[in-house]
Amino acid sequence: MTIAAPQRLTGGRRIDISQLIVWGIGGLLLTIVFLGSILTLRAGHYSAAQWRDFIVFGIAQGAIYALIALGYTMVYGVLRMINFAHGEVFMSGAMTTFFLADYLNRSGFLKSHPWVSLIAMLLFSGLVSMTVAVLVERIAYRPLRGAPRLVPLITAVGASFFLQYTFRGLFGSGVRAYPAIPVLQGKLWVFQKTQIAVFVGVLITLVLLVLFLQRTRAGLAIRAVAEDREAAALMGVDVDRAIVTTFAVGGFMAGIAGVLYALVFIQVQFFMGFLPGIKAFTAAVLGGIGNLPGAAVGGLVLGVIESIGPSLFFDGYGIRAAHQLKDVIAFTILVLILIFRPTGLLGERLGGEERL
Amino acid sequence: MPLLALQRVHVHYGLIEALKGVSLTVEQGEIVTLLGANGAGKTSTLRAISGLVRPSAGRILLHDIDLTHRKPHEIVQFGVGHVPEGRRIFPRLSVEENLRLGAFTIRDRAELARRQEYVFTLFPRLAERRKQPGGTLSGGEQQMLAIGRALMMQPRILLLDEPSMGLAPVLVESIFEVLQRLNRDGTTILLVEQNARMALDIAHRGYVLETGQIVLSGSARDLANDPRVQAAYLGAA
Ligand SMILES: Nc1ncnc2c1ncn2[C@@H]1O[C@H](COP(=O)(O)OP(=O)(O)O)[C@@H](O)[C@H]1O
Ligand SMILES: [Mg+2]
Repeated sequence: MTIAAPQRLTGGRRIDISQLIVWGIGGLLLTIVFLGSILTLRAGHYSAAQWRDFIVFGIAQGAIYALIALGYTMVYGVLRMINFAHGEVFMSGAMTTFFLADYLNRSGFLKSHPWVSLIAMLLFSGLVSMTVAVLVERIAYRPLRGAPRLVPLITAVGASFFLQYTFRGLFGSGVRAYPAIPVLQGKLWVFQKTQIAVFVGVLITLVLLVLFLQRTRAGLAIRAVAEDREAAALMGVDVDRAIVTTFAVGGFMAGIAGVLYALVFIQVQFFMGFLPGIKAFTAAVLGGIGNLPGAAVGGLVLGVIESIGPSLFFDGYGIRAAHQLKDVIAFTILVLILIFRPTGLLGERLGGEERL
Repeated sequence: MPLLALQRVHVHYGLIEALKGVSLTVEQGEIVTLLGANGAGKTSTLRAISGLVRPSAGRILLHDIDLTHRKPHEIVQFGVGHVPEGRRIFPRLSVEENLRLGAFTIRDRAELARRQEYVFTLFPRLAERRKQPGGTLSGGEQQMLAIGRALMMQPRILLLDEPSMGLAPVLVESIFEVLQRLNRDGTTILLVEQNARMALDIAHRGYVLETGQIVLSGSARDLANDPRVQAAYLGAA
C-alpha cells in the first residue's frame, strides 16, 4: 500500500513538450485560417451572392448531418458507445430506396404524384434503416453488452463492412442515379427547391423527435435510461426495449437523411455512408456527444464550415480547387475538438456515466 | 407464508463472494432492518432482491412468486419498490417526471394523478418543486423524491438502502416518521441502515450482516439490548 503515486506528466505547473506542440499546432492552424480568410476577402473573387449560396448549401448539408448525428448521440446517450455502423444504416435506407424511386419513376407515378412518391420514399427509407439499425443492435451489440468497451467498437466496424459488402454484393459497386423529383427542380428565390425540401424534412423530423422524447412513455424511458440505466430498471423500464427503441428512432432518422442526401447529391452507392457517417460523428462530437441540441447545432456548424471553409480559408493563398479540402477541414475539426474541447461546443450533457 | 423470503442466497462479483448464503424473511406489515458495517453486503442483498445482481445460488420469494431469475423491471411490477443507495433520482428530469417514472407501467392518467397527490401529501416540499429538475433539490428533498418515486408503484414491500445517509438529524427524523406512517398504513418495509439506533427504534425485527453472512437476528428490542450489537453498532463501551 505504499506505492508512490505516479507523477502526472501534465500535472502541476509544469508544461510538458507534447502539450506545447499541440497548442503550437492549434495556434498555427488558427493563424492560417484567419490570415487566409482576410486574404480571400481582400481579393474579392467571390460575390456576396456566391457566399450566400455557399451558406445555404452548407445549411442544407449540415441539416442532413444533424439528422444522422442525432442517431450517434442518442445511442451514445443510452449505451455510452459509438455506433460506428450508423453511416451504413444511413446508406442502407438510401440504397434500398433507390429501387423504389426507380420503380416509381418508370411507372410514371413519380410524375403524376410527386409528393406522395416523395413521402413514400422517405418513409420506406426510414423503415429500412430502422430495421437495419435494430438488427445491428440485436446481433452485433446486445450479446456483448457486458463486454469491455473496445469489443462493441470492433463489432461495429465488422457490422459496417458486412453491410457495405452485402449491398455491394447484391447491387454492385456502381453509382446509381436517383430519379429527379419533377416538383423539386429549379430554384425558389435564392434556394434550390431540393434544399427547401431538405430544410422542411429535417425540421419536421426534429419536431417529431422532440415530441416523441418529451411526450411519450417510450421517450421518457429513453431519457431515464440515458441518465441512469439501473435506476430506470428499478422504475419498471425495460432497458433492453428502451435501447432498441433508441436504435430504431436513430435509424429512422438516418433513413430520412439518406433520401434527403440523395435528393441533393442525386446519386447513391454502397460506400456512400462512410463520409457522411464520419462527418455526422464529427458533428455529434462538435456539439457534445450525448447532447441532442448539440448534435443539431454541430451538424449545421460543420455543414456551413465545410461549405464556405475551403474558399474562405484557402482561396486567399491561391490554392486551386480549394473545395477539395472540405473533408480535410472536417477531420481537422474532429481532431481539434477531441484535443482541445472533448466535451464539445455546448458542453457535455451526460448523467451518471460512472454508474455504468 | 412470509411476504419476502431469501433462502441461502449467494452473490458473487467475479471472484469476490459478497453474500455467503443469506436467509431472511419479512412478514406482511413488518418493518425489518438489516444492519451491518460498510461492505457487509447490505446493498448486495437489496440488489439481489430487485434483480440488479443475479444470485449465484439460493432463492428469493415474494409470497409465492419466485423472483430469483427475473429481470428488475419485472420484479418492480410484482410489487417490490427499491429506494437505492445514493437515491439515484434522475437529475435532469423534473420532480414530476421522476414520479411519473416511479409508476412507469401505469397508463391511467387519473390514477397517476391520484398517486402523485398522495406523494405530495406525504412530502409537501416536493409539490412546491414539481417542475424543477431533480438534480437541483437538496439532499433531503432528493431522498423524499426517491421514496415518493418508489411509492408511486404502491409496492407491497419497500426496500430502503441507507435513507439517512448524508442527511442532517432533523431530516432523518422526519423521513423515519414518514416510514412509520407508511408502515401503519400497511406498507411492509425492509430497511438497510448503518444508523442502527434509529433503525432499531422503528423496526419490529432486525438482522445483523457481517461479511456476507447473517450473524444475529431477533426482535428490535432484543437486538438493541444485545451487548454485541451495542458494542459494534450502537457506540456503547
Ligand atoms: N460491483 C461490485 N464489484 C465488485 N465488488 C463489489 C461490487 N459491489 C460490492 N462489492 C463488494 O461486495 C461486498 C459487499 O458490498 P455491499 O453489498 O455494497 O455492502 P454494504 O452495502 O453493506 O456496504 C464488499 O466487499 C464490496 O466491496
Ligand atoms: Mg451499501
